[in-house]
Amino acid sequence: MADRVRVKSMMPPGHVRAPAYLRGKTGYIERPLGAFGNPEQLAYGLKADKKPLYRVRFTMAEIWGDDAENPSDTLDAEIYDHWLERL
Amino acid sequence: MPHDHHDHFHHEGLSPSGHPYRSDNDEPLSYWQCMEIAVRELLIEKGQITPAEIAVQIDAMDARSPANGAAVVARAWVDPAFKQRLLDNAGDASREMGFDIGPLNLIAVENTADTHNLIVCTLCSCYPRNLLGLPPDWYKTREYRSRAVREPRAVLREFGVDLPAGTTVRVHDSTADMRYIVLPARPNGTDSMTETELASLVTRDSMIGTGLPRQP
Amino acid sequence: MGGLPAGAIPQDGHDFALWEKRIDALMVLCGGKGLFTVDGLRRALEDMGEDAFEKHSYYERWIAAVNQNLIEAGVYSLEELGQRMAAVSRRGATYGEAQDG
Repeated sequence: MADRVRVKSMMPPGHVRAPAYLRGKTGYIERPLGAFGNPEQLAYGLKADKKPLYRVRFTMAEIWGDDAENPSDTLDAEIYDHWLERL
Repeated sequence: MPHDHHDHFHHEGLSPSGHPYRSDNDEPLSYWQCMEIAVRELLIEKGQITPAEIAVQIDAMDARSPANGAAVVARAWVDPAFKQRLLDNAGDASREMGFDIGPLNLIAVENTADTHNLIVCTLCSCYPRNLLGLPPDWYKTREYRSRAVREPRAVLREFGVDLPAGTTVRVHDSTADMRYIVLPARPNGTDSMTETELASLVTRDSMIGTGLPRQP
Repeated sequence: MGGLPAGAIPQDGHDFALWEKRIDALMVLCGGKGLFTVDGLRRALEDMGEDAFEKHSYYERWIAAVNQNLIEAGVYSLEELGQRMAAVSRRGATYGEAQDG
């Protein structure tokens, strides 16, 4: 059973790589990608911690609800571990 | 790439695609062009970069084009073991073919009879530029970036790709450190074609997912 | 901007001009030398606001972001930039004429 995760729905101002349209949405981890420097520190010239990064797959139905163009089509995005809640 | 001279202006003339560059050198100096000249001169004077480094970097980018990706795709079409390595680690597979892609982290996503992949970057303009060269202008537009994740099928129709309802569309938003290339499905009727002939069927858009390979 | 309503995708393109290629090269070279990160560039681009996306072209926004990051890194001062831009403008009316030498 794939790991199910939800993107945190917080909306801090500033440079964040979790797209707004995916905040609060549930998907599953398609594959782990390794650890990368945290862009939220790199963007401000700070020394960056390495953060695990995952490709998370969502259905269009989950993202857009009844407005989905085709509910079973999917969207993959790369989301850092600190933006994910395990379900 | 072979590089035997460092003349700043030798990039003018015809582009790799055979079009003249915009004739910016004799149009009124814009504020941003003025800033580019000033920033470049200050960087050189401060010893941060040299004019030769700039010329080499421009040459390196000019040398990258969709033909590089087309060669990778064609190899995957004729060599199953290479295709598996491409799907496992597309960056290493591209390096294996001799392409200088620097630190690019590349993932190849495969189109099949029932799956079609589409690449976008909604946050900025991430693109596998170290393999394919600079992205087309439309890839960077608000319109493409807004709509590709919400109505990919309508976007594909605008590009002339009408998918059967039974095909699953998988959109890939390059939100962080990975870049993506679509491995298009090999067209039917190409069994007798050589790898070089096959590469000529692979278009830039077919590797972004907004197009399909040419038919032989 | 992912998911926001938008119109037809403009499919006309252009080959890049020399000043655009130079900006691209400055981005890559300065990033490689650790003067800034691509994340710092993106942050500067986002901080320009939605407005900038409509009013300025791609490489216009990127030279602004490169400059913002170089100022923040202390590579040169605003005074040096201002003086140099004024000097560049005085050299000539076109991009070609405004080159040094």
